[in-house]
Amino acid sequence: MLEAPYVTSYLSEHFADEAFTTLEGYQRAGGYEAARRAIHEMSPADIIELVKDSGLQGRGGAGFVTGLKWSFMPTDDERPRYLVCNADESEPGSFKDRILLERGSHQMLEGILIAAFAVGAEKTFIYVRGEYAHPTRCLERAVAEARAHGFLGENVMGSGFAHDVVITRGAGAYICGEETGLLESLEGKKGQPRKKPPFPAEYGAFGMPSTVNNVETFSHVPHILRRGAEWFKSIGTEKSPGTTIFGVSGHVARPGLFELPLGTPLSEIVFEHAGGIPGGRKVKGVIPGGMSMPILPAGELDVPMANEFLRERKTMLGTGGVMVMDETTCMVRVACVITYFFRDESCGQCTQCREGTGWMDKIVRRIERGAGEPQDLDILLDVAAKMEGQTICAFSDAAAWPVQGLLRHFRDDFERHVREHKCPYPESFEL
Amino acid sequence: MVIAEAVQAEIRELMACYPEKRGALLPALHRVQQELGHIASETASELAALFEIRPIEVMEVVNFYNMFYSTPQPAHHVYVCTNLPCSLRGARDVLKGLAAHLGVDAEGNTEDGRIHLGHEECLGACAYAPMLRVDDRYHEDLDLEAAKRLMDELD
Ligand SMILES: Cc1cc2nc3c(=O)[nH]c(=O)nc-3n(C[C@H](O)[C@H](O)[C@H](O)COP(=O)(O)O)c2cc1C
Ligand code: SF4
Ligand code: FES
Repeated sequence: MLEAPYVTSYLSEHFADEAFTTLEGYQRAGGYEAARRAIHEMSPADIIELVKDSGLQGRGGAGFVTGLKWSFMPTDDERPRYLVCNADESEPGSFKDRILLERGSHQMLEGILIAAFAVGAEKTFIYVRGEYAHPTRCLERAVAEARAHGFLGENVMGSGFAHDVVITRGAGAYICGEETGLLESLEGKKGQPRKKPPFPAEYGAFGMPSTVNNVETFSHVPHILRRGAEWFKSIGTEKSPGTTIFGVSGHVARPGLFELPLGTPLSEIVFEHAGGIPGGRKVKGVIPGGMSMPILPAGELDVPMANEFLRERKTMLGTGGVMVMDETTCMVRVACVITYFFRDESCGQCTQCREGTGWMDKIVRRIERGAGEPQDLDILLDVAAKMEGQTICAFSDAAAWPVQGLLRHFRDDFERHVREHKCPYPESFEL
Repeated sequence: MVIAEAVQAEIRELMACYPEKRGALLPALHRVQQELGHIASETASELAALFEIRPIEVMEVVNFYNMFYSTPQPAHHVYVCTNLPCSLRGARDVLKGLAAHLGVDAEGNTEDGRIHLGHEECLGACAYAPMLRVDDRYHEDLDLEAAKRLMDELD
């Protein structure tokens, strides 16, 4: 079980309390009251309007407005409708969904109930990454409790609304986090993403209208219902309301989880909350939101952690996985770790992605070995540019961005490898 | 039959959870592998019959996912996470040290065939690096000595 966050807010307020993982403990903290009120006293349209008004944005990486996504579900359609919870969390540097499952399964389930009622879904499929054996057990326990209490099943809370939850374990494939790769996997197939359109609201799980949301996205929902859209908007920035749970890793004194308002400056997260860089060393670069997001150099850490500000620096919030690297770090080796990952995880359907990830990996490895040529840097940028915006899913873009970011801010590291035919960072981690 | 009658019954129950029974294929593969250690072609054929799909479709799924094995496996799988946050905190030294400790050439099976050592991508434990996974269990905040002790304690 993960340690509770060092800094908490409404999502993780009770995470240090073991009892919060039980239905009784969760209810003692006010849990399931928001779902009860939503289901008994509100109309689906009112709920969607409220969530839209709150401005909640998806926390799975793309930041799409949640209420808007829910409103895409067809209402004049007789087919069964499904909700899908994306608990595949495999973006390197991310571990927030894990704690939300381990210590907050009931909170997430309450959000799922509210969402299910709002979009008229009869079932929710929760897809958990296969390696999360323990979080899955925590979730299974919570689902069993909720079912035993009549919070799931034929007649949810005596309202006549029927809803149940199915938990499916993945089996070790990063691409199954992409929502249509996930849907394929859920259907018992290879997790190869689908062409869009049609989007999941029209053709989702088992071909039925579906809404896919992330674990954390669902977890915010009960709080919005309980305290209102205005309250939610009072936290975070004007365009990015609410908190998120930042996961900080790498070269910091106090790695861990920190629930903070969106818009918190990256420097505050790194130097105050995570305790700064140990050993009196200086920071070199920080990846702000999981491996797919371009790195920021030491001079740009003043940026508020919200997409409207991060975009100006050519990066994004992603999953809020903050990876910190000190001055001993070789950025060419960092590139090698990144390109290896994407080469390995490409599902292979699109030529640009399959070939591009392979090429990038080959070139950065050559540079790392000291065998790179001066033109390799431009070849690398050329390959990355060709990988953008032309593929079935955003994986290919996500593979190109971090390499582009490294070359934008740390080109000198690459050039020195080419010039000196060796790595100039004797203290860096080795491959 | 390689898949026990009781397990087949469980699989039929799993099928009922999904609008199409094929939805239960990944759960069924997990269940069968837990029982048999890997998914041999004979097992795949039996599953295919249960799911009314072709054996090749089952094998395609087995081969797509890292956690399914199509050949007999050692008693334990040890995976050291070598993604960036773990690498920044010494994971690759732990992997190399364990390889030496177990007498494995970088990655592979021990001579007695009991343990497979390998690397894995981020496991969602980045703040508690280095870390490794032994079968279904995470071990976090390790150093090489602690990792070696873990290996020595495996049954
Ligand atoms: C390659 C790739 C991997 C992804 N992995 C995840 C993931 O592990 N978890 C997740 O919630 N979203 C992931 N996403 C985003 C999903 O496609 C989708 O946008 C998200 O689940 C929607 O939920 P939200 O609107 O609540 O954020 C991934 C996207 C891509 C392109
Ligand atoms: S972009 Fe890459 S991962 Fe996505 S569908 Fe194409 S080949 Fe697969
Ligand atoms: S990088 Fe090792 S657990 Fe995330």
